Amino acid sequence: MTKMPKWADVILTPLISLVLAMAISALVILAIGESPMVALTTMIDGALGSSYGWGFTLYYATNFIFTGLAVMVAYHASLFNIGGEGQAAMGGLGVALVLLSLPLPHWALALPAAMIGAALFGAAWALIPAWLQAKRGSHIVITTIMFNFIAAALLNYVLVNLLRPVGSMDPASARFPDATHLPKLSDMALALGFEWGKNTPVNISFFVAVIACVLVWLLIWRSRLGFEIRAFGKSEPAALYAGINPVRITVIAMLISGGLAGLMAINNVMGEAERLVLNAVEGAGFIGIAVALMGRNHPLGVFLAALLFGFLYQGGGELALWTSIPRELIIVIQALVILFTGALDNMVRMPLERMFMALRKRGA
Amino acid sequence: MDLNTVLQILDSAVRLMTPLLLACLAGLYSERAGVFDIGLEGKMLMAAFSAATVAALTGNVWLGAVAGLLGALMLSAVHGVASITFRGNQLISGVSINFLASGLTVLLGQKIFGLGGRTPSLTPGAELEAQVTPFRAWLSGITGPDGAAALTATPRFGEITLPFADALRGVPVIGPLYAEVISGHSILVYVAFLMVPLTWWVLYRTRFGLRLRAVGENPASVDTAGVSVTRLRFAAVAIAGLLCGLAGAYLATGLSAGFVKEMTAGRGFIALAALIFAKWRPWGALGATFLFGLLEAVANRYPNLDLGVITVPSMFMNALPYILTVIILAGFVGRAIPPRAGGEPYVKER
Repeated sequence: MTKMPKWADVILTPLISLVLAMAISALVILAIGESPMVALTTMIDGALGSSYGWGFTLYYATNFIFTGLAVMVAYHASLFNIGGEGQAAMGGLGVALVLLSLPLPHWALALPAAMIGAALFGAAWALIPAWLQAKRGSHIVITTIMFNFIAAALLNYVLVNLLRPVGSMDPASARFPDATHLPKLSDMALALGFEWGKNTPVNISFFVAVIACVLVWLLIWRSRLGFEIRAFGKSEPAALYAGINPVRITVIAMLISGGLAGLMAINNVMGEAERLVLNAVEGAGFIGIAVALMGRNHPLGVFLAALLFGFLYQGGGELALWTSIPRELIIVIQALVILFTGALDNMVRMPLERMFMALRKRGA
Repeated sequence: MDLNTVLQILDSAVRLMTPLLLACLAGLYSERAGVFDIGLEGKMLMAAFSAATVAALTGNVWLGAVAGLLGALMLSAVHGVASITFRGNQLISGVSINFLASGLTVLLGQKIFGLGGRTPSLTPGAELEAQVTPFRAWLSGITGPDGAAALTATPRFGEITLPFADALRGVPVIGPLYAEVISGHSILVYVAFLMVPLTWWVLYRTRFGLRLRAVGENPASVDTAGVSVTRLRFAAVAIAGLLCGLAGAYLATGLSAGFVKEMTAGRGFIALAALIFAKWRPWGALGATFLFGLLEAVANRYPNLDLGVITVPSMFMNALPYILTVIILAGFVGRAIPPRAGGEPYVKER
């Protein structure tokens, strides 16, 4: 007998965790002498009050969908991939190399090419930790953390010494050719005859992210490979007994995870910056952890949680602009969401389970 | 490269390894008790911030150090409650602690000082003077103006010259080594080095240490013997907090003069790497952190190390600790076997 109805597990626990995280954040805001209500309305106004705000919210959400899906896929194989940051950074390198070396005449050609580059580089960066975990038993959390730092150092080297255009002081690559610039949603809206989200970075990658959600859902719940991944994640001995090869599943799950994290680069590197800059990922890889936890490791949940974090990011920026609350507030909120949905899950769950048990008893 | 350069690099390596060593020992206690701790970075950052803040407001580095310990302990408590009491995922808890510290330090720092997340510089000057004045005025009501002035005049840990440092300077090699590398550090450096034999003694020669190690390998056996797993693990996590507190306090009030945003800069993770390198042993921790401190010192001194045949870029030197750790983890050079029950919450009854 399950202790809780499914809807409570899927909707109620993340919501309560979110409310707890928000309540503590409100206390933090109070503690620094600001008004939580003003903060909330500023954030809602700034992120959702105009098409301009929505443009940024959706742009951030696109990043978080990719990194959230990345964490999610690995999580189903019971692998905790904290290397999204490094994998996304390497994905950026893949995009830059593809776009700077191939003379692609149109974005419609450049996008798939860049996606392949991004996914390959991201996946490659996840391959070594995956292989080490599968073959040598090295803990994937530690290796992926190490690979985040190695990626940062490598990218720094590549940008300063190899990709930097002659005469430029900036540790950044040359601009990508104009023909490869992705259409922004604002351009698409104009083409349809109305004005929406002028000067916002949200671009066609958003739709790619949405498609990725659907594909990941199909992969995990409607494919043989997905079944193997989940079986392996639930119980390795059982999976082994069923003839599932643990090395293969570990490596494949991490390759998909790294590829998804790498794909983020089509949004931030190709879609927004249009060149590769230092520290382009800006922590989105880590937010993927919060997004996946909050989204209960389901693509729909990841999508909604990514929207929420997109809102927090854009709202947090506006907060820093209009009030004296630094934008680091969102890091605190992010930390609390991870804490409550991930680590303190039992704290939220146990009283709820008890409550439902009591209700059921009374009903029976 | 002459002797003087070597000594300077060694001296700098000793300074740079100190926070790593303290944090590494912190991780050692926690992980030996079966609680993974990837929140070392966050605890150090929080400690650095609290230490620098209180030192700047009171002009007294000892009060700062106490605040640093408390700051790190607070986050340790969160980690303990999440991963021991509520049997949550220790890794996720660690990740959240890192973010919590990174956000809170800036938020609180901006509120208290309004300097964009940094604390005032702890070097004597007008900026510091303005912060200390109210506390000094309040204190002089209790101790008198002279006492207050004396108590608020040390915002940073000073350098300690060991006995005979100057007298022995004339002795070839050993003299300068003693005077330059071993002498002339702040007290926390010596505390850190003393922690190594102390930790060894606690772990391998005391009943507490035996139980601590047992609880990280097989908590059920400890429980069967009638010892509380929860209490032991909480003790280990608290010790980890205290050591991270010292590491952070040294970072902000010894190594540098004040706190700046994200000043730990990945040191918590290097300490974690060192812990694996050391195979979860105290003397190994000393060696591993010295190696990593030396790497950092060399990278600082020679941004582009010219080895004649090839030039090693500084980025490579910075990434080397991580690369070495991956190689060690891969088990190609000696095998690093973590405590067996690491990362698993203990469930007393099923």
